[in-house]
Amino acid sequence: MSETATVSSRISDSFWRRPTILLLLLVTPPLLWLGIVYLGSLFALLAQSFFSIDEFTGLVRYEFTLKTYAELFRASNFDILVRTIVMASAVTIASAIIAFPIAYYAARYAKGRWKAVFYLGIMLPLWSSYLVKVYSWKLILAKEGILNWLFETLHLSWILQAYLAIPVVGGNSLSVSWTGTFLVFVYVWLPFMILPVQAALERVPPSMLEASGDLGASSSQTLRHVILPLALPGIIAGSIFTFSLTMGDYIIPQIVGTSARMIGQAVYQFQGTAGNIPLAAAFAVVPIFVMGIYLTLAKRAGAFDAL
Amino acid sequence: MDARPDQVASNNRILRQSALESMTPAVSLRSVSRHFGQVRAVDAVNLDIAEGEFFALLGPSGSGKTTCLRLIAGFEQPTSGAVVIFGEDATRVPPYRRPVNTVFQDYALFPHLNILDNVAYGLMVRGEKKAARHQAAEEALSLVALGGFAGRKPSELSGGQRQRVALARALVLKPKVLLLDEPLGALDLKLREQMQSELKALQRRLGITFIFVTHDQGEALSMADRVAVFDRGHIQQIGAPQDVYDRPETPFVADFVGSSNVLPSNMVEQLAGQSVPASLRPEQIRLTDTDGKLIGNVIGSAFLGAANRIELDVGGVRLSVLLPKTAAVPDLGSLVNLTWDDGALHVMRGEHV
Amino acid sequence: MHSKASLGLKITATCGLLFLHLPILLIFVYAFTTEDKSYQWPPPGFTLEWFGVTWNRPDVWEALGLSLRVAAISTVIAMVLGTLCAAAVARFKFFGRETISLLVILPIALPGIITGISLRSAFNIADIPFSFWTIVLGHATFCIVVVYNNAVARFRRTSGSLVEASMDLGATYFQTLRFVIMPNIATALLAGGMLAFALSFDEVIVTTFTAGQQQTLPIWMLEELVRPRQRPVTNVVALLVVLVTFIPILAAYYLTRGTETVAGQGK
Repeated sequence: MSETATVSSRISDSFWRRPTILLLLLVTPPLLWLGIVYLGSLFALLAQSFFSIDEFTGLVRYEFTLKTYAELFRASNFDILVRTIVMASAVTIASAIIAFPIAYYAARYAKGRWKAVFYLGIMLPLWSSYLVKVYSWKLILAKEGILNWLFETLHLSWILQAYLAIPVVGGNSLSVSWTGTFLVFVYVWLPFMILPVQAALERVPPSMLEASGDLGASSSQTLRHVILPLALPGIIAGSIFTFSLTMGDYIIPQIVGTSARMIGQAVYQFQGTAGNIPLAAAFAVVPIFVMGIYLTLAKRAGAFDAL
Repeated sequence: MDARPDQVASNNRILRQSALESMTPAVSLRSVSRHFGQVRAVDAVNLDIAEGEFFALLGPSGSGKTTCLRLIAGFEQPTSGAVVIFGEDATRVPPYRRPVNTVFQDYALFPHLNILDNVAYGLMVRGEKKAARHQAAEEALSLVALGGFAGRKPSELSGGQRQRVALARALVLKPKVLLLDEPLGALDLKLREQMQSELKALQRRLGITFIFVTHDQGEALSMADRVAVFDRGHIQQIGAPQDVYDRPETPFVADFVGSSNVLPSNMVEQLAGQSVPASLRPEQIRLTDTDGKLIGNVIGSAFLGAANRIELDVGGVRLSVLLPKTAAVPDLGSLVNLTWDDGALHVMRGEHV
Repeated sequence: MHSKASLGLKITATCGLLFLHLPILLIFVYAFTTEDKSYQWPPPGFTLEWFGVTWNRPDVWEALGLSLRVAAISTVIAMVLGTLCAAAVARFKFFGRETISLLVILPIALPGIITGISLRSAFNIADIPFSFWTIVLGHATFCIVVVYNNAVARFRRTSGSLVEASMDLGATYFQTLRFVIMPNIATALLAGGMLAFALSFDEVIVTTFTAGQQQTLPIWMLEELVRPRQRPVTNVVALLVVLVTFIPILAAYYLTRGTETVAGQGK
């Protein structure tokens, strides 16, 4: 046991005597990176939002002001905020409704091979290219695309026309309507909802459902009083993703949808073509603020265990 | 299994006595404490374990026995005090430099290595050549009767087999002290009894100091040369199994080791004239027709197979009595006279904290 | 509870899965269409011509090369930082542990545009010109969490007594790292790395803010989406992107199969 005290074993000894040294060695590099690169940048952004743009020169004035935040409440800007939050909520609710049966089936009934099929069936769309997914919907929703063709072939075009005539959700065609934007959002973020719901449902022991049935509950009562409450943390965890991702996206509404902007597009334009970085920063703070509230509430509901 | 157990025990006791007087202890803890924040897991413990001894650390969960073992192994460092191994202060020596090896409760076999490489691991990190370490590992495996299992993965073995591998892996390094953390805890009853005698035989054959942690008093009493009974971070009593069983020094020991009756000091004062608590084994109490030492009201009874146990209320104190199967069981609610031989009542010192 | 699913549930679950997959399958069809002016369905004919055209496009090759290099380096950085962080969080109890896990998750819990514009304003303030490395800086930041999640799950599953057993048998910390820890977490790290690679290869939102004039493949695609110029080439590139990202995802799945329930969670 008395080896030559090489450098490495001496370092090893000091790790054992003072585990804190080891801990510091482990956490320092990632902390430095995330602290400097990420948090540093976030603070830079936050700082920018308290500056303002000089209306005459168009240059940023580096003085503390809340003027830029006040601008958020101008009707045209405030509309963007409301529109975005309504869209994010609608997408979240729709995702939860579509995700639940898939997650439920995958968690409860899929066994062996089918379990793997379901797993990959959710993972592949989750991880496949975001842009390709958006692109595929551009193909689907195009006037000459597959969806219109389907309606025509089935002689159901009148239904589509009637739907498009509805104000707000309708429009000239699906690819330039809010419905189109909504559909693409739901499609792209759906897997982010399925996985946590499935994880939450997999933690429900089957005996608990048997107990509920044993106590005289019908299937729908079991669903409402046992399964849904237990799936709720998973739904909340999933909604963190769907809500946050929808709120910050600027590519989907740019490619499929109306000309009315969402937060992401506003941020992109204000920092780019308009050169109004303070206002862009102020817009970007809104999702941070909303997500802050959302995460606090979610944490209280125990959703982080399902992440 | 050739020598009579009691004879071995007394031989060992003689050995131990001479060992304690003449040799440095294999392991000694000198007022060792280990505190986790406010929790005093181990509090000012003093303990000397002689070379070649089979020593048990016995206590309920959370009593500090496992922490004590981890302090000897080097997985924990004492908040204060010193851990001395064969006369050398090991307090600041990391586990990989201590002449001590451990058999873990969950066996901790390396899942990515086969059985042979698991056993050869310690020799490999020491830098032994492949042929040499594999040969030593094969020998260690045959020592625990697992000769044909070298190529298997740990996941392909049963619990009992895994435990033997863990044993071989520790023994191949020829440690001076072998630590066993609840070594039989995960095994079923039948296997546990078999492993008890195997471990005991192995220890006798190798002559290594074995220190094992257990919460099972039967296991500690049947296997160990000496037992240290732990409660809330303190050692309540150290002694040979017979001593601990017959002459518990504190009410905790009396209750934990063999579920003895603990008579409160006021009752003992009436019986023996001393105002201290005393222990009285359930099997040493007899029912009698004529004047007993105590009168009890029968409040319950249970059939235990080899005997009957009745529960009595004696002036607010609950006592258990073990009746031979041949004796009649008194009716519930009836009053019985109790007596015992002189010397059965064992006075204790009060609980020390 | 009945062990068989009701027909209704079966149908909805199947429809859900189809909804997730049919649009991607559509990409496979469009890559072969002879139509080059519109998104006409059904395709008037099929051809392999566009694969050849794409093969001879230097801008596609350049963008692909940049994407692969960025993804490779970001993955390496993320693997180092994510593993260190996971080891600390899984093996130690210390003040601020929760905060660290939150900090790691934050870059993907907040919308990508926040990370993007934050980095951009930081580069502006610090006067850092856009380059290959500014892209890597952003990508590595949000890739850390993917490696971290995989590594932390494996660390938690690997019994802590394995490390103690190794040291008990005479191995120093470094020997334990080499002979016990690495072999046990290697597949999880590899899976995390694969997913980080796929994530970086595909990323567009943060990249638009940190790339300057450089074009990664997703940025090339984004420009084609906004202002379609060569639809057939875009179709082929889309197909290639799907195939390139599927490989690491499937590899990650097979690496962690049967060990963790959800290896790729928390994209």
